[in-house]
Amino acid sequence: MTGPARRLRSIGWGDGLFRGVLAALASVVPLLFVGIAGLLAVSAWPSIRQFGFSFLWTSTWDPVADVYGAAPMIWGTLLSSLIALIIAVPLAVGVAIYLTEFSPRWLRRPVGTLVELLAAIPSVVYGLWGIFVLIPLLRTFVVPPLQAVLGWTPFFSGTFFGNSMLAGGIILAIMILPYISSVSREVLAAVPPSQREAALALGATRWEAVWSAVLPYARAGVLGAIVLGLGRALGETMAVVMVIGNRHDLSVSLIEPGYTMASIIANEFNEAAGLQRAALFEIGLVLFAVTVAVNALARLLVWRVARESAVGSRAI
Amino acid sequence: MMPRAVRRRVFSRLMTGLTLLAAVLALAPLFAIFADLVIRGASSINLDFFIRNPAAAGQTGGGVANAIVGTLIIVGVAGAMGLPVGIGAGVYLAEYGGGRLGGVVRFLADVLNGTPSVIVGIFAWTWVVRPMGHFSALSGAIALAVLMIPMVTRTTEEMVRLVPHSLREAALALGFPRWRTTVRIMVRAAWPGIVTGALVAVARIAGETAPLLFTTLGNLNFKTDVMQPMQTLSLQIYVFATGPFEEWHRLAWGAALVLMALVLLVGVVARAATQKRFRDG
Repeated sequence: MTGPARRLRSIGWGDGLFRGVLAALASVVPLLFVGIAGLLAVSAWPSIRQFGFSFLWTSTWDPVADVYGAAPMIWGTLLSSLIALIIAVPLAVGVAIYLTEFSPRWLRRPVGTLVELLAAIPSVVYGLWGIFVLIPLLRTFVVPPLQAVLGWTPFFSGTFFGNSMLAGGIILAIMILPYISSVSREVLAAVPPSQREAALALGATRWEAVWSAVLPYARAGVLGAIVLGLGRALGETMAVVMVIGNRHDLSVSLIEPGYTMASIIANEFNEAAGLQRAALFEIGLVLFAVTVAVNALARLLVWRVARESAVGSRAI
Repeated sequence: MMPRAVRRRVFSRLMTGLTLLAAVLALAPLFAIFADLVIRGASSINLDFFIRNPAAAGQTGGGVANAIVGTLIIVGVAGAMGLPVGIGAGVYLAEYGGGRLGGVVRFLADVLNGTPSVIVGIFAWTWVVRPMGHFSALSGAIALAVLMIPMVTRTTEEMVRLVPHSLREAALALGFPRWRTTVRIMVRAAWPGIVTGALVAVARIAGETAPLLFTTLGNLNFKTDVMQPMQTLSLQIYVFATGPFEEWHRLAWGAALVLMALVLLVGVVARAATQKRFRDG
């Protein structure tokens, strides 16, 4: 074989090897996914076999009798995430609209960076702040008036001990706000300027242009941002475990303690064994399935507007 | 009654004002948290804080030297395992990611990015802690590496994609093999961005607590052996904040301030790495 031909062949060999190594590294991602899903399913199996689907709506959690049901934790996860969304969505979307549509240009970067800085604060620091700052604040200034006005409703009945669904929901709201606002900003910025210009040219006020031309265009993406925030709230662990009270009771009261799926795993896994551990794995399996579905949905929605963006990969 | 045009203008102003209010309200907790960290944290920071281990329960004094060193070790080991995989996977997505595997990896990386870290914790417990028979810093570092991989994969891909296609064409036209084009031209041009992505991932896992609860466990003593349980700042904050002693609470605030400073420092370095090259959005 002549020299140049051999050289060409050896070049092709290097390319194949290089691609193979990279493909192997890339395969780690699907392997991790399958590994996590499979492990959760296998480890949860004793509990799945024992309790069947009723695990999801049984509200007993009794290590002494060895009977487990996830209803209080599923309920607590949904309720605390709902509180978080109710507080965070108007603020986050408001910030995104302000920064993309109304703010002076020089203000955009610093304010955007500061809001995203909320995502850089470690979960455990939020928990610390929740225990020593937020909860005393709620106890003095927020819960007494709430109870005075709304104490007759089931949502604000009971005694406020500090650790509560409300405290968990508020902390979650602060934590998911940067995610919702930064993805919303990205989506709003991707709306073509012609949308705004057309509305303004027809005589719309600036708000009318946003409301009737920009937001409808970005609707799917903003919804995706909100769903992404929901995904974060559902799975958030440390801050919640520190302020929510960790009690397995089904209650609609926001000022009473609760539990979430993530926080019961964090709190009880090290002490659990046997069927209780399997039950915790099953809670993990449910939580994993829900967050996978929610994140897949968020991605589909955001991609309809801001194509190919790496949703949620960027923090700080 | 106001004329319609005036009413519409006033309403527009009002809504603009409300979005401004939203921005102010969103920033309020940030400033509140930082102020509390500085005010409560700074008072507990002194030389002892950095060079001593925690005092026995209920006693005064002591520091978090073991937790600071533990955090650095665990994050370092996690980075050494997670970054090469994540960067390699990201380069694969950018360079060969058009096919079926690319689509699957991209999708699952985004999905894993949203997976609760506590689930990664029980994953590492099952695969590492249970077979080994004991808790260890290594198992915690593995959990953190698992968290880093999807993040770094996606940021690396994005950064390599930003490199103009003409650079690749020029290199190939000069007779560079494909792999050398990727390594010497594409990855090199994207390197500052890749470093930023890597550092952002490091900053994020440095504060993680949930995946360490069942793996690294925590340790009241000074340990540097990764096969043993180790303390980290995040675990220390959790234990001290939820504990009953005033002295612990004081140390928790100090540890939180140090952890926050560490995370911000890495974040600032990350931003500086790309400042000149790209404008980040």
